[in-house]
Amino acid sequence: MAKNDLLGGSLWDQYSNKVTTLMNNPTNQGEITQEECDTAGHKLIVADFGAESCGDAVRLYWEVDPANDTIVNSKFKSFGCGTAIASSDMMAELCIGKTVQQAVKITNIDVEMSLRDDPETPAVPPQKMHCSVMAYDVIKKAAGLYLGVDESSFESEIIVCECARISLGTLREVIKLNDLKSIEQITDYTKAGGFCKSCIKPGGHEAREYYLVDILADVRREMDVEKMQAAADAGASGDFETMTLVQKIKAIDAVIDESVRQFLIMDGGNVEVIDVKDSPDYIDIYIRYLGACNGCASSSTGTLYAIESTLKEKLSTKIRVLPI
Amino acid sequence: MNVYLDNNATTMVDPAVVEEMMPFFSEIYGNPSSLHRYGTASHPAITKAINQMYKGINASDKDDIIFTSCATEANNWVLKSVWFDKIMHGEKNHIVTTEIEHPSVLSACKFLEDQGVKVTYLPVNDQGIVEAHTVRSFITEKTALVSIMWANNETGMIFPIKEIGEICKEKGVLFHTDGVQAVGKIPVDMQDVHVDFMSMSAHKFHGPKGVGALYIRNSQHLTPLLHGGEHMGGRRSGTLNVPYIVGMGKALELATENIQEKMASIAAKRDRLEDALLSGLTDVFTVGDRANRTPNTILISIRGVEGEGMLWDLNNALIGASTGSACASEDLEANSVMLAIGADNELAHTGIRLSLSRFTTDAEIDYVIERFESAVKRLRAISSSYAIVQPTAGGESAACAIHH
Repeated sequence: MAKNDLLGGSLWDQYSNKVTTLMNNPTNQGEITQEECDTAGHKLIVADFGAESCGDAVRLYWEVDPANDTIVNSKFKSFGCGTAIASSDMMAELCIGKTVQQAVKITNIDVEMSLRDDPETPAVPPQKMHCSVMAYDVIKKAAGLYLGVDESSFESEIIVCECARISLGTLREVIKLNDLKSIEQITDYTKAGGFCKSCIKPGGHEAREYYLVDILADVRREMDVEKMQAAADAGASGDFETMTLVQKIKAIDAVIDESVRQFLIMDGGNVEVIDVKDSPDYIDIYIRYLGACNGCASSSTGTLYAIESTLKEKLSTKIRVLPI
Repeated sequence: MNVYLDNNATTMVDPAVVEEMMPFFSEIYGNPSSLHRYGTASHPAITKAINQMYKGINASDKDDIIFTSCATEANNWVLKSVWFDKIMHGEKNHIVTTEIEHPSVLSACKFLEDQGVKVTYLPVNDQGIVEAHTVRSFITEKTALVSIMWANNETGMIFPIKEIGEICKEKGVLFHTDGVQAVGKIPVDMQDVHVDFMSMSAHKFHGPKGVGALYIRNSQHLTPLLHGGEHMGGRRSGTLNVPYIVGMGKALELATENIQEKMASIAAKRDRLEDALLSGLTDVFTVGDRANRTPNTILISIRGVEGEGMLWDLNNALIGASTGSACASEDLEANSVMLAIGADNELAHTGIRLSLSRFTTDAEIDYVIERFESAVKRLRAISSSYAIVQPTAGGESAACAIHH
């Protein structure tokens, strides 16, 4: 939210001229009948997606030449807003002349790109991207009907954000690689969740199987476990600097127990580790002397030097020991 | 022809109102709180506006009418200050409202819920109103406030404010009504009903935007929302917005004088439009009994024609209307009022609201009838709902997965 967001943009003014033109005069609007197909020896495929009760619906018609699986004609009917009608029209246009196998590769992004006036400017504002998703879905359905296979067989991966076509695998990878912590970051990196917003969390425009909030939480949890595991492994192999704070304190205690504490106890004293602070150049270990060590002259000279040099030798050369 | 039929959203400022406001920008601009002649120069006009307001809603001289920046402020003021007075610093913890209030009531209620207040959102019946006996059954001894609109913005349906007021009086519960869609459209008589607080907005009755008012019965206590220089008797601080207060008073006077005649004239045009659409088109219906509706409003559902698509075509025909079911809204919800009324989901995405004003002409109505019908014809020709060739076996649509 900043100056440019104070007055929400006018939705319709953000449509490309192509969207406006096709909404006003859709070129492939209409139906293809069984009779037309029979005459030409072609196969008619009619598929529905969405419903009036959902707020938008589309019916796609294909006239397919069975000799070469080519879509020789395609039409649509749509219950929807301007962008739904324009997207459906462009979808039918893109199908014509393609084989069913080629058509099934048309995505909502192809439809949206084809509706752009210039390649750099989106054809519709973000919240309208979902209108073109229906085009993608109905093509899959028509292809499934023609080829006699389940439409889900065209999907090799799970798509979480349909508007931007971002898969579950991509999302998990991007979150991990870039250490993403928020939905806003996910949207910035992948565009997922930046359009109709259904995939962000339950309760949006459309019920989804996967939501970004859950994916983020799951991946973050996995990352935490991995980090712990890595730290534990590092501890075992002696890589002190990459340990977590608790592991560092345990390692310091172990060294002190092994090489220092017994001599202090013999003199009626002891030491405890108070805190560990990392900086790029140093690892500062704050200790407190107990018993006879407290106030002992060598506690700030010889004893301190002995503790520090032992820890440096066993753990890290970056260590400084600071009594408080 | 340009036709504006979105008068429940906002109205044209009556030129007579603008004329009344003009001297208070660059001629009589003193601060009314100042002691000198430049400050007091506006006092007669403010007094006149106050009188126009009291007369316009027949308030008693014992009542307060406090000017605010808008009705959203008035609604927030009542909800948040009743919360402060009766819930934070009292024994109550419950507010009763309806599912179809304006966002300034619903969002404020959601905010109060986050603060731990219990809020009951009453459903409406198939006429789009909440019945008085329903309100009665939800009031408990913990109820601090009942907040129910006088008339609904989407449907124009008028709520039984007199009966609800009597129930609240009997139960000893404060009663607030959002009167934005009623004041200036239908007779509002504060001495005939028992209402503790009523919000009003000037721009809904041909006054300017940026000014509203809160009626407070018997000048009763309500902690201020805005603290400051003790303007309006300390009830609402902020330098008086003189030209807009003058404009609101004048606008209410113009809207309420001979209101029965004005209502009859608007209703005649509205009814002619509604009858023409209902008889000229198949598979359409309008919401709510006309006799219990603000005289300017039609909410019409058109099977097979999506609301925003219809607005697009009307806009191309230079007609401004509105839909509660914009496919653009983030949650893409069906029209909540229509769903509440019990319209099936299908029809809830097809609602178009046409709201007239006293400036709407018969020629405009004729034009709208013609263009509305041609838009429906064009969009139904494209609509999948009216397609003849049926899907290939297995190609039917799955059940709607959209969250409602």
